[in-house]
Amino acid sequence: MNNLFVICELDEGKIAEVSLELMTKGRSLAGELGCKLEALVMGYKLESVENQLNIYGADKIWLADDPRLEFYTTLPYTAITVKLFREEKPQIALLGATTFGRDLGPRVSSALKSGLTADCTSLEIGDHQDKREGKEYKNLLYQIRPAFGGNIVATIINPDHRPQMATVREGVMKREIYSDTHKGETVRLNLANYVSDSDFVISIIERHMEQSRVNIKNASIIISGGYGVGSKENFQLLYQLAETIGAEVGASRAAVDAGFAGHDRQIGQTGVTVRPKLYIACGISGQIQHIAGMQDSAMIISINNDPNAPINKIADYVITGDLEVIIPKMIKYYKQNTK
Amino acid sequence: MKELKIIVLAKQVPDTRNVGKDAMKADGTVNRAALAAIFNPEDLNALEQALRIKDRYPGTKVILLTMGPGRAAEVIREGLYRGADGGILLTDRAFAGSDTLATSYALACAIRKISAYDIIIAGRQAIDGDTAQVGPQVAEKLSLPQVTYVEEITGLEAGKISLKRRLERGIEIVDAPLPCVLTVNNSAPDCRPRNAKAIMKFKHARTITERQDNSEDYISLFNERPYLDIPEWSVNDIESDTGQLGLSGSPTKVKKIENIVFQAKDSRQIAPDDAGINELMKELIDGHTLG
Repeated sequence: MNNLFVICELDEGKIAEVSLELMTKGRSLAGELGCKLEALVMGYKLESVENQLNIYGADKIWLADDPRLEFYTTLPYTAITVKLFREEKPQIALLGATTFGRDLGPRVSSALKSGLTADCTSLEIGDHQDKREGKEYKNLLYQIRPAFGGNIVATIINPDHRPQMATVREGVMKREIYSDTHKGETVRLNLANYVSDSDFVISIIERHMEQSRVNIKNASIIISGGYGVGSKENFQLLYQLAETIGAEVGASRAAVDAGFAGHDRQIGQTGVTVRPKLYIACGISGQIQHIAGMQDSAMIISINNDPNAPINKIADYVITGDLEVIIPKMIKYYKQNTK
Repeated sequence: MKELKIIVLAKQVPDTRNVGKDAMKADGTVNRAALAAIFNPEDLNALEQALRIKDRYPGTKVILLTMGPGRAAEVIREGLYRGADGGILLTDRAFAGSDTLATSYALACAIRKISAYDIIIAGRQAIDGDTAQVGPQVAEKLSLPQVTYVEEITGLEAGKISLKRRLERGIEIVDAPLPCVLTVNNSAPDCRPRNAKAIMKFKHARTITERQDNSEDYISLFNERPYLDIPEWSVNDIESDTGQLGLSGSPTKVKKIENIVFQAKDSRQIAPDDAGINELMKELIDGHTLG
């Protein structure tokens, strides 16, 4: 009772990266609150997930293991989560801001009439004073997120409703093994008590998932393009440079919205958060929502026509000029001066 | 198949994609007046899907539902110009300060009043909050199945709809029963443009408040053409538990708003010529950042 839950997501039978990141964050928040860290996993053939979650510090692992749960559909997953939460009354529930978490989270919060904050970039514990009501709240979850297209940062709280729910994007929190020897208790749910046949009204006819070819999160060098790149064709220059120096190509939201690059390359508050050793921003003006997703890069180079582009302020090196001229020069020098 | 009744949920949003320098006030709050109010982009993708169903099944009615201040009637007119059959503006001070949960509750109450619907379609998310919560929360309030991240309606027959979903790493084709709630991605086709005939037909469409504020006398026009009336529903027009509306129905509270200030660095300017680029590249290679 009154513990912290992470609703875990599966990725090819294993606990997804974003869920492990939330386990790490959840572990430290639970430590601060003096409560337990619990994980809920729904799916099929869940034998291997226990070990995975134990080393990330799970005190209790709830498994809903059933062939009908092999692939996510909204209603049965909602029914299980809502009923379990009604029984266990968690104070906090975290889930990834993925298509899974963004489908399930609001459904659960709507059923429980609890608050849900999307795409948090930071989670902290703190107190709150409601002066008008004369009420004091201890140990609330501060859900911090950029708002309004990323132009401001808001701290959101849910003083009176439980669980306090939040989603977090992949890459925002850091994943860290808690202890190789930690072992929590595992509880297997008796599905018959949690779902009914009427929850299985949506049928998945086909699924085509592919391994992501893009791996910007773990790339040590990222060449990222913004709206200023101008076209999908011009993005080829970025790919050429990336291929030459062994980098991955990223994009700002404006470039993705304009169709210059795919969603899987989007960096920023509504994309992926990255921390490479080198980030080369090409034609990116530097909206806050983008900067929020790359500001921790060890070194930043900005190439932009506009000498006053906001991103230049946080760049270590600023090159004012045309990409079409500058990038070929970089490629040429690199090819001539490395093996 | 019989004609359908489709409700499209639309939101008027500030155009946060084009935030200029004057968009933020000195105190760090947003200067809404400096931002254009637009039809939320993904709600237009949603409207297009509804209109495509109407193309295939003539007689289908597409009704827009929006919640917002009086000026949000603009969204209804925009939808009418593009082919919707009608629209309702849900507006009341009682809805002010709603978070996503209170918003979805009010919308669900209005949808119950519209009644006899087959499909509810909304954009995946609105660009001012990017939460993607209202669609699923409405579905839960109405105890309907939901299909999110829809890119295409691949089939529709009596009581059943087939949908292609666009997920992070691929696609899924699902069958859902009707009625249900769909949320549509921006990877779905763009909305058709305004239609000249529809503009002629609906250019005088107004809510009662707009008519009262307007000095021109349209009374006879509205008597002759009742379709020009954009119904305006207040809290009294829907059946609701007022405790679940507005600020009191919103579990999330904003504790603090801050302007974002990034730590500026001492940037080094690199000349965009051979000498400048070569020196930078040499430095990066020598320092093992590259290579």
